[in-house]
Amino acid sequence: MTRTNLQALPRSAGVWEQAWSRLRQDRVGMASLAVTLCFIVLVLLAQLGLVASGWQMEVGTPFAPPHFIGKITDGSQSAVVAGIDGPNVDISDVDPLAPRYAEWSERAARFKTIVSAKSDTLPFGGDQLGRDVLSKVVKGAQVSITVGLAAALMATLIGTVLGAVAGYFGGRVGDLLEWIYNVFTAIPYILLVFALAAVLKSGPLAKTLGGGVWSLVIILGLVGWTGIYRLVRAEYMKHRSREYVRAAEAIGATHAARMFSHILPNVSHVVLVQLSLHVVGFIKAEVILSFLGLGVPIDMVSWGTMLSEAQNELVLGKWWQIVAATAFMATFVTAFSLLTDALRDALDPKLR
Amino acid sequence: MHPLISVQDLRVSFRMGQRSVEAVRGVSFDIPTNSTLALVGESGSGKTVSAMSIVRLLPDNALTGAASKILYNGQDLLRAAPESLRALRGKDISVVFQDPMSSLNPVFTVGEQIAEVLAIHLGLRAHPAWERALELLDEVGIDKPRERLRAYAHELSGGQQQRVMIAMAIACEPKLLIADEPTTALDVTVQRQIMELLARLQQRSKMGMLFISHDLALVGEIASQVVVLREGTVREAGPVAGIFHAPQDAYTRALLACRPPLDARPRRLPVIGDTIPPKEIAAPRRVSAAIGAVPLVEARGLRKDYPLRAGLFRRSMLQAVKGVDFEMHKGRTLGVVGESGSGKTTLAMLLTRLTDPSAGSIRFDGRDLTLLDAAQMRAYRSRIQIIFQNPYASLNPRFTVGQILNEPMAIHRIGSDADDRARRSIALLDKVGLGSDAFGKYPHEFSGGQRQRIAIARCLTMRPEIIVCDESVSALDVSVQATVLNLLLDLQEEFGLSYLFISHDLAVVKYMADEILVMHQGEVVERGNPGAIYANPQHAYTRQLLDAIPRGLSASA
Repeated sequence: MTRTNLQALPRSAGVWEQAWSRLRQDRVGMASLAVTLCFIVLVLLAQLGLVASGWQMEVGTPFAPPHFIGKITDGSQSAVVAGIDGPNVDISDVDPLAPRYAEWSERAARFKTIVSAKSDTLPFGGDQLGRDVLSKVVKGAQVSITVGLAAALMATLIGTVLGAVAGYFGGRVGDLLEWIYNVFTAIPYILLVFALAAVLKSGPLAKTLGGGVWSLVIILGLVGWTGIYRLVRAEYMKHRSREYVRAAEAIGATHAARMFSHILPNVSHVVLVQLSLHVVGFIKAEVILSFLGLGVPIDMVSWGTMLSEAQNELVLGKWWQIVAATAFMATFVTAFSLLTDALRDALDPKLR
Repeated sequence: MHPLISVQDLRVSFRMGQRSVEAVRGVSFDIPTNSTLALVGESGSGKTVSAMSIVRLLPDNALTGAASKILYNGQDLLRAAPESLRALRGKDISVVFQDPMSSLNPVFTVGEQIAEVLAIHLGLRAHPAWERALELLDEVGIDKPRERLRAYAHELSGGQQQRVMIAMAIACEPKLLIADEPTTALDVTVQRQIMELLARLQQRSKMGMLFISHDLALVGEIASQVVVLREGTVREAGPVAGIFHAPQDAYTRALLACRPPLDARPRRLPVIGDTIPPKEIAAPRRVSAAIGAVPLVEARGLRKDYPLRAGLFRRSMLQAVKGVDFEMHKGRTLGVVGESGSGKTTLAMLLTRLTDPSAGSIRFDGRDLTLLDAAQMRAYRSRIQIIFQNPYASLNPRFTVGQILNEPMAIHRIGSDADDRARRSIALLDKVGLGSDAFGKYPHEFSGGQRQRIAIARCLTMRPEIIVCDESVSALDVSVQATVLNLLLDLQEEFGLSYLFISHDLAVVKYMADEILVMHQGEVVERGNPGAIYANPQHAYTRQLLDAIPRGLSASA
């Protein structure tokens, strides 16, 4: 046998496999991947209740400042209200309940009351009720990232598949999808959201969906696919008549293979950029929808609700809640954008 | 006589990340006034870079050497201020580019674009500029010029677009016209017209012309001086007669020899090897394979109509192919020749069933291919393969060569596992003259000729019986064309392949084919054996195609 057979036969790795090997050489890409994964792990831990489960506990004094600021003694916090030492008029002779007071106070004494020591400072400060901002921001990440990522993935998936079908086949199928697209874009955004919220939150699906988060994901996903659909459709129309697609047809590749294994890697840059833009967009959209009462339930916290709380706090000079929420959001969004950029470059063999 | 432009020791390199690649390595030539200098070389020889250095239309990462000079009227153009260069461009020195479709602005009318040049450089107002544009269109031979002034680029044919580009270039009566492969994107018959136009204009307005081409035969018809470039250096320079009759350099001789000859049919074409001089081929005549008793493919009455939307409800039909019959025999090549729009590509699409015919039958191996549905056709796909025109577009840029070769085998279940398929792929890469290290590379890492070899290897993975070559060598340089043609002939001999060979270049078809169909506007106007067609063309259109073949110096003499 010739030497060709003795040496290890080269494997032809798939497009995505090769993209991964190129991504591994990209330092920025790997760093952003690590940060993104950290956030996702955090979200999973929060979901399982392993971290930040006690975010609703009032562990600090109201508006407790962060540790590194130290206790603020400007008088506003420690203003001592002069106590009143019991009633100044004895009315026991006319009070019909007077005989029972002793019994009641004895019964009350049987329950142990804990006076929790409220700390004056917290790691990232506290909010109006003295809840720990750090726990809130971690718990908020759970909702925001879940909504942002899941809704963006859903919108991208719908937009890409429909766009691919419409752009690749054209004709009557394309016309039908174009009609659906026009219907979706013709309805004002907020109206469409209201309509979907009405269906999902009080319709027959309300029970299966349970909490507000997943119905929010579905609402955003169903409303947000149109832009991606349009771009992907245009790319597919451009690519479907390219010679390499014809060549794939000539070797007998099926429609699905041509659409998804030949054309998709060539339009992946559009899909990835849209995905990363939509993650940011949906995190912001959740803020607006929560404000309108269509977002997360009132007993949950998200970066969006934290930001809207912070509006009032800023006037009082309590900046830590908005800083913590913004810093977490900015870190995640930047890491995710860098990751999609790196992924886009990794998918393009010409940039090697 | 004092030269118009003197290029001295021109060195241009391109920064590529950390490295820099030298594209032009010390080229010197003089462009005389009132005559034509030609730069000839393969792609990558630095001919376009040299020419574009004159007007400084180079990419941003280009660096010119410190000792390089381009003198025009005592001014060094390489060091001239951008403003003074801008005043020269389009006025004293103008350029005609290769692809007229992409160098005309699609949203302005032709008249507006010509008038713009006149307004910038001559300060003409709207009305006189429009009148002058009309004169110019008339001068470059566009009929009904008054109507064409209001036409957009897409409403004109390729030849007309190139005429408009030439009109824009000569609008300010330049001293030097740089024509960068002005006819490469055009049909042979149109090429002939454009060449005649350029020669006439050069004579009439007494300008200097720098003509760039990869085709030495074409250059022989127009140039008085020739500079042959290879890998950024001048191989030979001199008057055109000397280059053609007594070429000094081995490379020049090889360039002259690699075009398919019209009067003989050698077994293989001489090629430019990695080592010069090329291997001299003791050329016995090539003999066609005998015609078998039963034709491999028998096509009868093939038609293809494309519906065109003529109005809101009215539809008209474009008849791309109007009832064509042909037969193909094992081991033989059927050549199809014609201009763009003659229906020859549609014919290729019909035979490979990439397009469904409107009428007619294709009998192959006892079955009528036109009646098969998509699933049944899949089994036949591997037996009839196609090599497309543009090797830059026909390979998926996101796939490695290994994946490209593996895919058809995986679809048609050839080879037992991935290892076996990889082994077969490497054997095929060897066969088409690429090493096994090509396996892990991407298409963009190869040159045009190498990519066409990858496309050929992809066809061979399926062990086809018929390969349709749709203008498969038209996008390649003349010298690369010869190597690909030789490869196709080698493979035909080894595997007994049958080719449907389609080209607009009658010289190439005549060399390759055992039988020729001449197509014109969807119909076969002449058919027969290549020698007979060449010696005694029956149809006027065939004669026109024959006249359009560049013949080097002899034709102009």
